[in-house]
Amino acid sequence: MGATALAKRLDAIWETPHTLIGSLTTVDHKAIGKRYLVTAFIFLCLGGIEAALMRAQLTRPNEHLLSAEAYNQLFTMHGTTMMFLYAAPILSGFSNYFVPLLIGSRDMAFPRLNAFSYWIFLFAGIFLYSSFLVGAAPNGGWFNYVPLTARPFDPGINIDFYCIALIFLSVSTTVGAVNFIVTILRMRAPGMTLGRMPMYLWSTLSTSVVILFSLPALTAACLMLELDRRTGTHFFDPSGGGSSLLWQHLFWSFGHPWVYVVVLPAFGIVSMALPVFVRRRLAGFDYVAMSTVAIAIIGFGVWAHHMFATGLPTVGMGFFSAASMIIVLPSGVSVTAWLLTVWTGRPVYTTSYLFMLGFIVIFVIGGLSGVITGIVPVDWQVHDTYFVVAHLHYVLIGANLFPVVGGIYYWFPKMTGRLMSERIGKWSFWLMFIGFNVGFFPMHIAGLLGMPRRVYTYYEGMGLDTVNLIETIGAYVFAIGVLVFIINVIRSARRGPLAGSDPWHGATLEWSTPSPPPAYNFEVIPIITGRDPLWDQTLEEIHGGADDPSRTLTNGRETLATTVTDARPDAILHMPEDSIWPMLLALSLAILCYSALLNVTIVSILAAIVAALSVGGWFWPEHRELAP
Amino acid sequence: MNQLPGGIPNILAPRGIAAQHLAILAWVTIIISIVVLVLVLIALLVPVMRTQHGEPDAGVAYDAREHTFILIVGAAIPALILLSVYLFSMKDIGLWEYGSHATADVQVIGHQWWWEVRYPQLGIETANEIYIPTGTRVKIELLSSDVIHSFWVPQLHGKLDMIPGRVNRFWLEADSSGQYRGECAEFCGTQHAHMDFTVVAVSHAQFAHWAAAQAKPASPPADAIAAEGRSAFQFNGCAYCHTVNGNGAGGRAGPDLTHFASRLTIGAGMLPNTRAYLGGWIVSAQHLKPGVRMPDVTLSGEELQAVLTYLEGLR
Amino acid sequence: MTMPESALVRADMSALDRRDVSWWGMGLFIATEAALFIYLLASYFYVGNSAATWPPLVPSLQITGFNTVLLVLSSVTAIIAERSVKHDRMGAFRAWLVITIVLGATFLTFQMYEYSTLEFHAQSDAYGSFFYLITGLHGAHVALGLFMLLYVAIRAFAGHFDRVRHSAVRNAILYWHFVDVVWLVVFTTLYLLPRMR
Repeated sequence: MGATALAKRLDAIWETPHTLIGSLTTVDHKAIGKRYLVTAFIFLCLGGIEAALMRAQLTRPNEHLLSAEAYNQLFTMHGTTMMFLYAAPILSGFSNYFVPLLIGSRDMAFPRLNAFSYWIFLFAGIFLYSSFLVGAAPNGGWFNYVPLTARPFDPGINIDFYCIALIFLSVSTTVGAVNFIVTILRMRAPGMTLGRMPMYLWSTLSTSVVILFSLPALTAACLMLELDRRTGTHFFDPSGGGSSLLWQHLFWSFGHPWVYVVVLPAFGIVSMALPVFVRRRLAGFDYVAMSTVAIAIIGFGVWAHHMFATGLPTVGMGFFSAASMIIVLPSGVSVTAWLLTVWTGRPVYTTSYLFMLGFIVIFVIGGLSGVITGIVPVDWQVHDTYFVVAHLHYVLIGANLFPVVGGIYYWFPKMTGRLMSERIGKWSFWLMFIGFNVGFFPMHIAGLLGMPRRVYTYYEGMGLDTVNLIETIGAYVFAIGVLVFIINVIRSARRGPLAGSDPWHGATLEWSTPSPPPAYNFEVIPIITGRDPLWDQTLEEIHGGADDPSRTLTNGRETLATTVTDARPDAILHMPEDSIWPMLLALSLAILCYSALLNVTIVSILAAIVAALSVGGWFWPEHRELAP
Repeated sequence: MNQLPGGIPNILAPRGIAAQHLAILAWVTIIISIVVLVLVLIALLVPVMRTQHGEPDAGVAYDAREHTFILIVGAAIPALILLSVYLFSMKDIGLWEYGSHATADVQVIGHQWWWEVRYPQLGIETANEIYIPTGTRVKIELLSSDVIHSFWVPQLHGKLDMIPGRVNRFWLEADSSGQYRGECAEFCGTQHAHMDFTVVAVSHAQFAHWAAAQAKPASPPADAIAAEGRSAFQFNGCAYCHTVNGNGAGGRAGPDLTHFASRLTIGAGMLPNTRAYLGGWIVSAQHLKPGVRMPDVTLSGEELQAVLTYLEGLR
Repeated sequence: MTMPESALVRADMSALDRRDVSWWGMGLFIATEAALFIYLLASYFYVGNSAATWPPLVPSLQITGFNTVLLVLSSVTAIIAERSVKHDRMGAFRAWLVITIVLGATFLTFQMYEYSTLEFHAQSDAYGSFFYLITGLHGAHVALGLFMLLYVAIRAFAGHFDRVRHSAVRNAILYWHFVDVVWLVVFTTLYLLPRMR
């Protein structure tokens, strides 16, 4: 079959019609990935607006721009949005788009589950944000400590929004994690053994495993709290024999691993892009991969370092402090590997590269302040102060937002076929980098001066006036930087110069297919012989085989399954067609959430029935699957 | 200018033995962090100075020697530093404990958004103010009546949470006499920002004097206006929430006012305790501290003045 | 090129369609579900650890012991059903599948009955809350397992499965075994452990 004939045939098989129905039913991982990226970025902007309002309130002492209650809702929604609706989903966006491209597959293992995962994410976000419409946004902080959030102290529906939204969202995150694990383990191109996987896959794989074993703690906690609030059980109620500290243990059993969920894939982005821009392979690849896995595992053993001020036994505190020290080591290994790569490379100073360097600086500061807070006696002082606010923003903005923006500069040409403006890009970088440091570094000082976190105002003459003013100015400069970045994205998507398939001389498979990639990703399933296929092999070696039907797979939507460790071809997978059922199932579950919130039993029952029917429709075999 | 008692609660300006230990540890970790950060910045900036812009060169292979370097610089050296800091910090890890057998000198009970302070052995009840004799380890029990609060006097010691259903044991010691600001450090609801208190460290003699005065019942109204104020206090509902020991008011929901006039602040460290602020607080607490449990009290001008006179007499 | 072209020659693998991939999906789903129960049981022990008496009472074994036998039996019948479909004995397969469903439904019914006989409820105290949450959530998982088995049964009667093509059957039964194992852990924790002291 000729190359163009092959492309036409595959197009006919894989292309989703560009109609409303098509957009509701598509299971194309690239469409879903882009939706994830855009939606998560919108939530980033919403969370950013909340932050901007808070910074305005804190510009001066005794400011009355916001009421105490409004401020409390804003910081709760800011944290919840950034942690759950931005930081993790944006990485899901990258993973959705790039995991199949990086492994040389035509889609994810469970495309419909993938669509379902996105719809749930969207509806859960809308559900949570609809709380603003009734003036009852969650107001207990993003970690929602009980008993402040128990019914006697928070009788409105604010906290019910929080619990139900997070339980709902956990469905999306969980099925997404299952999907990534199976895809990465079972669908890598022939020859891509575990040892040859690009770093991004190591981090996505580790992260997904962490999600499977940590997220249930949050789900359990939210379920128990909602039962306490609605039905009068006593899980967290000391007067009924329960324990309010149980919430903290459960929350942080989830919450600390979650920090690694939102930074490890970002590390992966850095490990992918940095070598390309310094023109050499990542130094210490094996150790960086091992560090990724080690961080994921040790991350389960440090949760109580959020609880050093609760009065834990000293032996326990010693243990959790030690674990928090140990987890620094794999991070140190990764940082050293990046630094060595930069030191020995021949850098090309693109915007993306600048963001990677900015990431290293900011993340190192965040890591160091993390060590400071991990020392138990020091933590008794800095815990719950602005020092911690500074620390967590250095970690999360440093190790999530900077790599994400750098990653967008890196991969934008692949996703759109157009290059982003480097000139505007440099502006966006310097505004963000300087604005961030001016905005957040003084928070360390505010914390040392005794400013507790989560205060809607502060007293005059406590030494906090100047630092807070500087913080606000810096935060707004940072926000302008983000705005410039958004302008660059919109402008470049329309008018950017054409990128070609491989503008950076990249090393990994996604650069071997056109930009943007066709619906089927690869005309020919690639064959891999090294870690950096585009640097080690010719395109002919990777993609030659257009006349081999076992490589072109044109008998319906098909892709290849391979074995877990050696990536030997194992089976040809029939991939499902587009389907409306995932969207309908997600929608009926969203309605179920609202009816549970408002206690409308009849609607709950109806929604549950529709959900069950949607599951039935989803898994009912397609006609050709039944053919003998 | 700030008229509130207690200076800037600066962690790095300790005024007590415990806070001194913590400040030393904080300085050690901060200095190590700065050194590491400078090294990282050098490692990043030197390649920029060298400007080895180059042609695409994917030739650098994976190198085993680099692995050794990474292991030593990225893991082994940090491990030694972290181990030293960790062991150094462990000497202070029991710093807040005083054992479960000793009886407490003071009980502090967190409320949304004020601090109930009791001296069980001395029969004293007060609020938002803790008197301690200098140079003495004052043993404190921390409790909560509602949600989780966190008890923190940055210049004297680290923080410890007050958790409903639990008793946390803690101590404070001040080197020299003075006033030290205390804060709630755990988000506890609408007015978390305005839940402060003052630790007043005084000599042993002054403490004994203060304690003797506090243990007495309230002084009876000194004149007719004060007496009028007392009945206005009783009839306008104040007594439902506030206790004035010996004057017939026994409410438990709000702070004990028996010796109110001796205190430095009103509204949990929010306002200086002057006649003008007090008047404003009584009639419009909801405006000054929205969400506070104290309602705005409607009083005639005369009644208000009488109540103020009465309260000012509760020394 | 290390991969010989011949390794890629298309075998007729349609029979093995997505077998392992869907199996992995189910396996990981079970793993995260297992984590959920581990967190709940850990919470039960955490709260119990600081309680004066824990558990404050020990529920009777009569109904539940019988119920446990039922559920274990249903796992056995599920194994027989899976064996039958593997050997293309479709009649036996459908019959054993139905028997499995009946056993599972009976388990749920008896659990409801047990609830009605208990003299404490979820609002009594933290123990009651945990007892009902853990057993109730397990019951919900039994219901989900039944939903899967029922769906598989409908497809079985529609003639969707044969000797090689029955990954849905295998996955549903895998889940059913998981539900059974969780029950044994829950049963041991709530009913047997308090009796061993």
